[in-house]
Amino acid sequence: MTQLMQRLEPQSEQEACAIVKQARLDRWSLAIEGGGTRAGLGRPVPADAVLSTRRLTGITLYEPAELVISARAGTPLAEVEAALAAKGQMLPFEPADYRALYGTSGEPTIGAIAACNLSGPRRIQTGAARDALIGVRLVNGEAQAVKSGGRVMKNVTGLDLVKLTCGSHGTLGLLTEVTFKLLPRPQAQATLILDGLDDERAIAAMGSALSSPFEVSGAAHLPTGHDGTGAQTLLRLERDDVSLAYRAQKLTDRLAPFGALRRLEGEVSAALWRDIAQVKPLAKAHGPAIWKLSLPAHKATACMRAISESLGARYFYDWGGGLIWLAVMPGDDAGALRIRAAVAEAHGHATLMRAPDDIRKTQDVFAPLGAALMKVTSGIKQSFDPDGIFNPGRMYAGV
Amino acid sequence: MSIPFPLPDDAILARRDEILAGLAPLLPPEALITTEDERRAFETDAFTAYRRVPLAVALPTTTEEVSAVLRFCHEQGVKVVARGAGTSLSGGAIPQTDAIVLGLSKLNRILDVNFPNRTARVQAGVTNLSITEAVSAEGFFYAPDPSSQLACTIGGNIGMNSGGAHCLKYGVTTNNVLGVRMVQMDGTILDLGGEAMDAPGYDLLGVMVGSEGQLGIVTEAVVRILPMAEDARPVLFGFDTSEEAGACVAAIIGAGIIPVAMEFMDKEAIAICEAFAKAGYPLDVGAMLIIEVEGSAVEMDAQLAKIIDIAKQHNVRVVRESKSAMETAAIWKGRKSAFGATGRLADYICMDGTVPTGQLSYVLKRTGEICAAAGHRVANVFHAGDGNMHPLIMFDVNDPKSAASAEYIGLELLKLCVDAGGCLTGEHGVGIEKRDLMRYQFTEEDLRQQMRVRAVFDPQWLLNPAKVFPLDGRN
Repeated sequence: MTQLMQRLEPQSEQEACAIVKQARLDRWSLAIEGGGTRAGLGRPVPADAVLSTRRLTGITLYEPAELVISARAGTPLAEVEAALAAKGQMLPFEPADYRALYGTSGEPTIGAIAACNLSGPRRIQTGAARDALIGVRLVNGEAQAVKSGGRVMKNVTGLDLVKLTCGSHGTLGLLTEVTFKLLPRPQAQATLILDGLDDERAIAAMGSALSSPFEVSGAAHLPTGHDGTGAQTLLRLERDDVSLAYRAQKLTDRLAPFGALRRLEGEVSAALWRDIAQVKPLAKAHGPAIWKLSLPAHKATACMRAISESLGARYFYDWGGGLIWLAVMPGDDAGALRIRAAVAEAHGHATLMRAPDDIRKTQDVFAPLGAALMKVTSGIKQSFDPDGIFNPGRMYAGV
Repeated sequence: MSIPFPLPDDAILARRDEILAGLAPLLPPEALITTEDERRAFETDAFTAYRRVPLAVALPTTTEEVSAVLRFCHEQGVKVVARGAGTSLSGGAIPQTDAIVLGLSKLNRILDVNFPNRTARVQAGVTNLSITEAVSAEGFFYAPDPSSQLACTIGGNIGMNSGGAHCLKYGVTTNNVLGVRMVQMDGTILDLGGEAMDAPGYDLLGVMVGSEGQLGIVTEAVVRILPMAEDARPVLFGFDTSEEAGACVAAIIGAGIIPVAMEFMDKEAIAICEAFAKAGYPLDVGAMLIIEVEGSAVEMDAQLAKIIDIAKQHNVRVVRESKSAMETAAIWKGRKSAFGATGRLADYICMDGTVPTGQLSYVLKRTGEICAAAGHRVANVFHAGDGNMHPLIMFDVNDPKSAASAEYIGLELLKLCVDAGGCLTGEHGVGIEKRDLMRYQFTEEDLRQQMRVRAVFDPQWLLNPAKVFPLDGRN
C-alpha cells in the first residue's frame, strides 16, 4: 500500500520543516520511514503520505577522542558502524537489526534506532539506546526545528526531551539528527556455555554471572539450543586478551556448581551473539507471532511456566532472564490475553513485535497503559504534535 | 546579587492561616512546620547566597500523605518546592515566600533489596551512600556518587540527574534508575517504569529524571545495583601544565581506555585540597589527574602500564600509585572535599558547565584569563573524562562588589562552555542560578517545547515554579 502513497523526501531539516508546515495546512498525516526494515513494528499507520529520511544522510561529527558521533537520521546504521569500526569504537548498546525477524531487506537507519530505542544483548552491561543517545534534533508537529541534549555526555540542562523521543516510534516528530556516545570496541571476546540446564537453573547461573565482578556483557538461555541441540546457557565476556583469559577462568570457577563450561572464542562467539541480537532462533519460522517480554529476571521462569501451560510457545531468554523472546501461533489475538496476564503478574510488560496487520490493528502492540499514564501520554503527544500529523496511532490509538 | 524571584502572591500570603489549617489534618502533627524559627532552616540550600522563608514546611511520611498535601495545594493554588537534603548547588530547593516546602526526609527507608534482579526499592529520602551501604556486604554498590553522597538523597539525585566522579564508566542517575513512584501536582500517584529493564510507552521516567521537581514529586525509586569490581586503585599523575594534562585525558580515551574515573585538579585546587586532606598530592606541579582503574591486580597493572605510557608521551612529571586502602581513601577524600576545603579559604561559587573534552585546554586557559582580569582567584577541579568543569570562583561575601563580580564571571564562564560546544550544567542542575542563561543555550522553540512538556504534568506551574525556565515568556 505504501508504495502507492506519495513519498516526501526532504534533503535538509529546513525542507522537512516546510513539508510539515504544508502537511499541517492540508491536514495530512505522515508515516515516517527510515530504511523501511521495521515497518511491521507497531500498529499499522493509516497516513496520507510517507515522510522518508532517505535523503537526510551523512555523519556530521565524529570525535573518537571524545567518544561521540552525530549523524543525520537517515544515515544507514552500517555506515555509522563502519566509521566507528575504523577507529576501534562501537555503539555501546548493540543496536538491534530485525531484518530477519520481519523478512525485510534494505538498510536500517541510525534515526530509527533512536526512534525505536532498540538495544541488543549488551544492554544489561552498557545500557540501552536511550542511555547512549545524548542529543537529538527533530521537527515537531508545529513545523519547528527543536534540539535537546547535545554532544557532551554529561548534560542536565533543561528537560531531557532526548529520552522522550527515544522509543517514541516517530509519534512526536521527525528526528533529523541524532548524537550517540560511544565505547571502545573490545579487542577480544569469548562465550562460556553451560549445557543442559533447565530454565530455573539457567536463570540462577546467569544471575550468578551477572552478580560477579567480571562484567558479563551478554547472558542468554536457549532452552532448545542454538541449532535444535539441548539447552544452552550463554555468557559473553568482551575484554582485552589479558583480562579475557583471567575473567573466563574466574567465571568458569564461579559457575562450576552449574556444570562444566565450554568456551567459544572470536568470530564464532560474535556470530552467536549476532544471531541472538537478531532474534534468529525464532525468526526463521515466518508463521508465528513474536512477542518481546520485559520483566524482572527473578520472575521470568514463573511467567514462562504460566504461558507455556496454555500456549504452545517457543522462546528464549536474553538480558539474564529480563527479556523473553516468544513465538506463538497467531490465532485470533496471538495469545495476547494470556501473555499479558502472565507478564503483568510478573510486574513486566509485553510487546507484540511481529504479527499480521489484521491482528496488530485489533490488538494492542505495546502494553496498554492505565488511565493516569495514558492521560500524560496523550498530553505529551499533544505538546509535540497537536494536530496528530506524525505516525498517528503507531503506539496507541489516538497517539 | 541579582537573580530575581517572582513577586509573591499576596492573596496566598494573606490566606496563610487558612492554608495551614487545611494542611494540618493531612499530616501527623510533628510533620507540619509552621514557626518562623523552624521554617528558617529550610530557607535555602547549598546555593546559600539566596534565601526565602517558606510559608510552611510539610514533612510527609507516606506517598499517600504527599498526595493529600499536593491535592490540597493544587486546589488552593499554593506553590510547592520539593526538598531532599537541601544540598543543591544551583538553588533547586530554595523556596519562595508564597510556597510550601515539601521535604522528603521522613521517607527514609530502604524497602526491598532484590539481589537476584540486582535492584533495590528505596524511599526518596534515603541518602545516596546508604543504598551502597545496604548492599555492599553482598558485593554490590549504587553507582552514581556525587561528592555530597553522605547527605544527598536519591529523590534529590533523581530531581537533578546527579552524576559523580565514577560516571565516566557507570553513567549518571538516569542510567541507574529503573522506576519511580511519583505524585503529580493534582495528587495523582503514578508508577513510571519498575523492576524491568524498560517500560511500555514514552520514556516518562527519562524526562522525569533531571526535571528539578517541576513535573512531580518522587516518593520511591527502583535503582540498579551493580557488582563491585574486584579492586580499585587511584593513581596521581602530575603535569607541568593544564594543557598537558588535558591532552593526556584525550589521548587515553582515544586509545580505547576508559578508566573508571579521571579527575582533574589545577595547582590552586591541589594546594587547597592537600592542606585539608593530607592525601600526598604533589604540590610542585601545575596540574594533576587522579585516574582510577579497577579489576584484579593483573588487570589493573596492565591497564596502568598503558596509561603511564601515554602519560609519559605527555611529559608527566609525577606518577604516584595508591599503596593501601588508607591512601586510596585519602586520595578520594581530598577530591571529594574540594568544595568544602575551598570554603575554609574564601567564599566561592562553583560552576558546572560541560565542554567537549577536546576543548578542555582552551576553556581552562580562558577561565584563568577571565578570572584574573576580574581579580578573582579560581581553583579548577573537575571530571576530566566527560568534560564536566567545576571552576570555583573565590570572592569576599562581605564585599558586595566582589560577590556581584564573581556571579557575573560565573555566568561568563558558562557562556564560554556553551560557545565551546558544551552546556550550562553537567550535573548540578539549572535551578535559579542558570535560569536566565537558558536562552543562551536554547532557542525560543527549544524552550517552548520543554515548557509545553512541563505543562502536561503541572498546567498551573505550581511545582518549583521559579526554576529552570526564564520567568518571562512562559506558556
